[in-house]
Amino acid sequence: MEEIVLNGGDTAWMLASTALVLLMTPGLALFYGGMVRTKSVLNMMMMSMVTIGIVSVLWVIYGFEIAFGHKADSPWYGGIGLSGLGSSVNEFANNGGIYPIPLLVFAAFQLMFAIITPALISGAIADRAKFSAWAIFVAIWSTLVYFPVAHWVFAFGNKVGDTVTGVGYLASKGVQDFAGGTAVHINAGAAGLALAIILGKRIGWRKESMRPHSLPLVMLGAALLWFGWFGFNAGSSLAANGIAGLAFINTQVATAGAVLGWLLVEKLRNGHATSLGAASGAVSGLVAITPACAFVAPWAAVVIGFIAGILCSLAVSLKYKFGFDDSLDVVGVHLVGGIWGSLSIGLFGASAVNSIGLDGIFYGGGTDLMVKQLLGVGVVAAYSFIATLIIGFAIEKTIGFRVTREVEIEGIDLKEHAESAYEMTSSSRGGGSL
Amino acid sequence: MKLITAILKPFKLDDVKDALQAAGITGMTVSEASGFGRQRGHTEVYRGAEYTVDLVPKVRLEVLVDDKDANSVVDVIVKAASTGSIGDGKVWTTPVDQVVRVRTGEKGSDAI
Repeated sequence: MEEIVLNGGDTAWMLASTALVLLMTPGLALFYGGMVRTKSVLNMMMMSMVTIGIVSVLWVIYGFEIAFGHKADSPWYGGIGLSGLGSSVNEFANNGGIYPIPLLVFAAFQLMFAIITPALISGAIADRAKFSAWAIFVAIWSTLVYFPVAHWVFAFGNKVGDTVTGVGYLASKGVQDFAGGTAVHINAGAAGLALAIILGKRIGWRKESMRPHSLPLVMLGAALLWFGWFGFNAGSSLAANGIAGLAFINTQVATAGAVLGWLLVEKLRNGHATSLGAASGAVSGLVAITPACAFVAPWAAVVIGFIAGILCSLAVSLKYKFGFDDSLDVVGVHLVGGIWGSLSIGLFGASAVNSIGLDGIFYGGGTDLMVKQLLGVGVVAAYSFIATLIIGFAIEKTIGFRVTREVEIEGIDLKEHAESAYEMTSSSRGGGSL
Repeated sequence: MKLITAILKPFKLDDVKDALQAAGITGMTVSEASGFGRQRGHTEVYRGAEYTVDLVPKVRLEVLVDDKDANSVVDVIVKAASTGSIGDGKVWTTPVDQVVRVRTGEKGSDAI
């Protein structure tokens, strides 16, 4: 058998990509934090920060094993057991084939995806979730939803010789999801919808002003998300190669198209192109191109992004029609953008740009690929929504998911974290040690 | 003594300040304020949600003057603050019982 030699270039790119993807979660904290009121900024950011803490620890203990283990040889989960990752030091990444990068680099890269997915959900329940309940939710949801779903979508199995074991269910069905349209965005979006229903509306929703308190923070967050997303998408090739380059430019141009699409809708509908619209449009484009970035040509990426900007800018108004308080539009941006992006491969998929890709409807491939994509969308959305309803309901009925009326009105930052984001008056004293 | 309070359009503050200084007024207090009268606020749209902002940003200017100067100072402010359009603000006077300059302890008109 041919000796495999570690590739320094690939490994360097994957280490950089991994750090880029981590940066997206603090970026998300800023993006979401700017959109809430001054009294709940810190809680919003803390929901992301504690998710980094919880998921990273779980990943080492058993998360990576559930998602990417192969001992169970099951389409539904990788393996159950305490891995600790200690025995993986000298191994190469093996996911349907051996990659010349350390397995632990692959584990670190995938960890960052496991972190941002639950963090995305937090936008649906802004200003009103008990912090302890959120932390427990993140641990349970990651264990029962993200880790298995990541296996279904991203696990291409352990290849030894010609035998591949432990291929994920959707991966084995040929569902194409390069960087997480289903596992990350549809998963988080459907979960966000479920939690928004479980927790109910914020006090004063649609009556009081809930304007974003700091659009510059939103813009900074969007910028960090965009920057980090190059690691998310181009890093998903697991190598510094041509597919990474394709994913990289597609990420850029789809996002650009989506900014324009969202702003166009705003200008025509409300008369003003807004900064929140530009930031939201960018994120909707990033979401939509995530599954498709390595399967479509750059011109198609522009179209996918532009349509994503239009679709998502219209979709964020659905919550008013249906009466659920998805506070920061996790459904309108991530669920809708994720569904569109996943299905767009069925239209624009082109085997000419990626030899492992298939031709979609517009490239003469017929509807075969679209049917696969619909399966991926449906399975992940349904499982995430139902599982999240059950987990959320269980937390609500035991320890309670929502803060009291008093806490919500006086401000969750002050009551849950004993902090204020901004000094409005200088009437505090003290500073001695406790 | 009288306290003159003026609610002004923020962009007229410099004109009013210059006019008051030209009229010999040497001190004043200015603060940011918000409110509404006949002029109503505006609407803002965030992700398709429309918010009506009732309160319009204004500047509140306060000047202490002798009784005999009150009418002429009010005239100076009104003249300098006027644009002729809705939302120009209001000026009013209130009687003041006592004024003390903190540094010297001077009282009444001497403290103005």
